[in-house]
Amino acid sequence: MSGLKSWREIPIGCKTTSPGSTVRIKTGTWRDFRPVVNWEKCTKCMLCYIYCPDGTIFPESSYVDYDHCKGCGICAKECPVKVITMVEEVI
Amino acid sequence: MKTERLPLPTNYAVAYAAKSCDVDVVAAYPITPQSDIVERIAQFIADGELNAEYIPVESEHSALSACIGASAAGARAFTATCSQGLALMHECLFIASGCRLPIVMCVSCRTLSTPINIHTDYQDSMSSRDCGWVQIYVSSAQEGYDSVIQGYKLAELDEILIPVMVCYDGYVLSHTYEPVIVHSDKDVLAFAPKNVKRVLNPDEPVTLGVFCLPNYEYEFKYQLIDALSKVPNALKIVDKEFGEYFGRSYGLYECYRMDDAEYVLATMGAVASTARVAIDELRQEGLKVGLFRPRLFRPCPSDEWRDILSKFELVTVIDRSISFGSVAGPLLFEILGVFMNERERPMFTNFIAGIGGRDVTVNDIKSMFRRSLEAYREKRSVRSCEYYGVRW
Repeated sequence: MSGLKSWREIPIGCKTTSPGSTVRIKTGTWRDFRPVVNWEKCTKCMLCYIYCPDGTIFPESSYVDYDHCKGCGICAKECPVKVITMVEEVI
Repeated sequence: MKTERLPLPTNYAVAYAAKSCDVDVVAAYPITPQSDIVERIAQFIADGELNAEYIPVESEHSALSACIGASAAGARAFTATCSQGLALMHECLFIASGCRLPIVMCVSCRTLSTPINIHTDYQDSMSSRDCGWVQIYVSSAQEGYDSVIQGYKLAELDEILIPVMVCYDGYVLSHTYEPVIVHSDKDVLAFAPKNVKRVLNPDEPVTLGVFCLPNYEYEFKYQLIDALSKVPNALKIVDKEFGEYFGRSYGLYECYRMDDAEYVLATMGAVASTARVAIDELRQEGLKVGLFRPRLFRPCPSDEWRDILSKFELVTVIDRSISFGSVAGPLLFEILGVFMNERERPMFTNFIAGIGGRDVTVNDIKSMFRRSLEAYREKRSVRSCEYYGVRW
């Protein structure tokens, strides 16, 4: 816990004063399975983009934000052409 | 200073206090025996005596949520509830104190289902005692009126910013008419001018009630612990100023005939009023008993309680609620807790009484005290807690 602020140094009332702080919290570390996409076979139908609860998969730019993807697997389940595989994370 | 002496039950008295504090937003859902607080406030607004936004919400969960939003936007917010309503608010209680919003809420205490019963005991407010709110238990309509005004002044102090719950026995206090001195709106507002910070402000945007991980949760909670620790002193000052301004003050607790007492009866709210009579009668029999009535229950003013009670050998605590599965009642535990680090402490006896609105009479209190005294004189150990008056 070194380098973190003390209770005296944080704003009272559980508030954040700078916008966009969620981007800095890397919730992707919670992931057990990683969606791996075969972008060559992807039809860009955008269903994964629509269903992703965290907004972390972007077919148009062939990109997955692994810093924030929690590995729920909804994209793989919804993909109509089955080009997304859930691969176990190994530390 | 312009004052009026009106016959008011505690529910109306606190409504007058909220009106005179010029509350901006009132959000509430009717529940017996609380309803006529907000009915009266609705009347004040309809008659043009109070300029406030009245939000008739669909549940108590929404009532406190609306007050949380209003308070964060800089409004002086008021609500009232009891029993199932307070239970339904439970998660929002933590949000209000966690976001450090100076809301004042009145609770006309009523037991909790099941069985369903509209009468009084402190089961509702005691079940909410760990939510980070200030809890003040009053024992008259006048004290209820005064405590709402003191409550806003206390809650809105820059170093406090904690919501305040003013608790009193449903029906026994909420519906019983008493003479109450009511001050002009101008005088009340001069004593307790509005000091609600506008946390939600488009010019300085913030996110309130943020997501937090284990690395910061504890620190946010500790901020509340620290602020609560300042409440006893702050309330002492507010109460003293109130006394200088309006001529009435209460302190953090009431001591009745304690100066020359040998034994102590400790209880809160309406039962404490009956206990005063019981104590007068016991004294006629030569038993030197005094009353200790905590007014500020949470945060517990531990140093003050210890200083007062450590002089005595026997303290009889009457609880008006049950801590199910525990070895005694909530008031007993709070008092016992202040002796945690003391090698010598009084002997404590604990009685649970007045559950579900059952009367606690003068004779009941005398009888509880006598049983306690008997155990003390015979130097025998007593059951940790006696469920007084339950039929066998």
